[in-house]
Amino acid sequence: MVDVKGLTRRYGDFCAVDGLDLVVTQGECLAVLGPNGAGKTTTIEILEGYRHRDAGDVHVLGVDPATADRRWRARLGIVLQSASDLGDLTVRESIQHFARFYSQPRLTSEVLDITGLTDKSDARNSSLSGGQRRRLDVALGIVGRPELLFLDEPTTGFDPEARQVFWQLIHRLKSEGTTIVLTTHYLEEADALADRVVVIARGRKVADTTPALLGRRTSDDVRVSWWEENERRDELTRTPTAFIASLSQRLGGEIPHLEVSRPTLEQAYLELLDEGERS
Amino acid sequence: MNLLALYVDRSRLEIRALLRDKRSITFSMFLPIFLLLIFGSVFGHQEIGQSGVKFSQYFVAGMLASGLLYSAFQQLAIMIPEERSNGTLKRLVGSPMPKSVYFVGKFSCSLFIYVFQAIFLLGIGHLAFGITMPRSVNLWFVFVWVSFLGLIVSTLLGVAFSTLAKDGRAASALATPVVLFFQFTSGVYLIYTQLPRWMQTIAALFPLKWMAQAMRGVFLPAAFAANEAGGSYEFTKAAVVLGMWTVVGALLCAFTFRWLPKDAD
Repeated sequence: MVDVKGLTRRYGDFCAVDGLDLVVTQGECLAVLGPNGAGKTTTIEILEGYRHRDAGDVHVLGVDPATADRRWRARLGIVLQSASDLGDLTVRESIQHFARFYSQPRLTSEVLDITGLTDKSDARNSSLSGGQRRRLDVALGIVGRPELLFLDEPTTGFDPEARQVFWQLIHRLKSEGTTIVLTTHYLEEADALADRVVVIARGRKVADTTPALLGRRTSDDVRVSWWEENERRDELTRTPTAFIASLSQRLGGEIPHLEVSRPTLEQAYLELLDEGERS
Repeated sequence: MNLLALYVDRSRLEIRALLRDKRSITFSMFLPIFLLLIFGSVFGHQEIGQSGVKFSQYFVAGMLASGLLYSAFQQLAIMIPEERSNGTLKRLVGSPMPKSVYFVGKFSCSLFIYVFQAIFLLGIGHLAFGITMPRSVNLWFVFVWVSFLGLIVSTLLGVAFSTLAKDGRAASALATPVVLFFQFTSGVYLIYTQLPRWMQTIAALFPLKWMAQAMRGVFLPAAFAANEAGGSYEFTKAAVVLGMWTVVGALLCAFTFRWLPKDAD
């Protein structure tokens, strides 16, 4: 669905995307994860055909986005990072209008149902909450039955409940077979939604793995910490049980303030970013 | 879905959104009507020189010409930057919508505003100030082609001008003085022939002067033509100037129009 090799984009002297490779296969949900300014939006907007690139081969649905036409656009769904347009129209009017641009659109009632906006269908878009507004953006993105859906930081600024509702919506689209590329700077979002995660930092790919493996990357190492001679000590070990046994022997029984922890997904991610910054 | 059906749908959507936007209603639809009520009440019964023509009759012609600027140039010069900054244009250009659909929608919306203004200007002008209607079918015909051609020029220049501002607020500050400048120099608020020569020369290079003069040709007596700068209403010359500006406007749009904000590509 998406095949990117050596994608590069500079803004003046600043290299926003630096030789990025990316593959998305059919039916997959790929999360492009990275901190603000990592190059996520630049990358996704090049794939969507909005931005030009300085170098690299890009194929989206078999077509170079830089030369794409309306037929190609009809196969894509795009949910932009932020939009406040269509304020004077209602949810239903907006969906019906965009449906007309496609040859085989979904029924408006179906789109309202999928996005959970049925109760809001006659509300002015300007009166929607942040979460409802993003679901409207998704509604307009999926009304044309896209083969590939782009979501650029879809839940930034959401409260936890709105995020849960939004995630259910994405799960539903996934279960219907829509291929999804989403950018996010929330690790738990990638973990909850994605089949595969590409971590980028400073425009470079620092990991391309599954959410589970991203967490396991360093989880063979376990951190053991304790108090000894009035200071905190810690040790990374792959054999924590043996280590604690010998430590207990050395300290004569009880180990003061003993803690054993596996690095979380969050720590694995932060470590990756650190490595990305250093390279 | 064929293109014509998309044009109709987009036009209806644009007009519906317009009618829900209080600011557009006030500034684009009712402003010329307010101005007629004020100017008509203050100066309406004064005669222009010894011509037998009342100022209100002269002013209505100028307001109809101004209406062409308000409904298209000013409306679009402000709305399009706003739609460029709030994501409207980005969403549309990312969809499979044929690009012409957007511009047809905008033109229809401007046409709607203008027809509304014209009906109210003539209706209220007739009832409140005794404005007389065009004397012949021929002059009604001139009224229609001047309106149509003027609206096309005004639309194209509004679309071209929209590239200058980064959002609606900046656009308002840029476009409003331009409209006012041409109204003062093109014989809308002031009698054109009483303006300084250099001012007349500048205004004669731009469309509003010719729209206003042609509108006077439609609504003022034939004898008043002797008071015009060229001694006649110069319909042919007006058509040529507006035709030239149509070409200039279309070229400006083709070469400068942006769907995305600056530096967003």
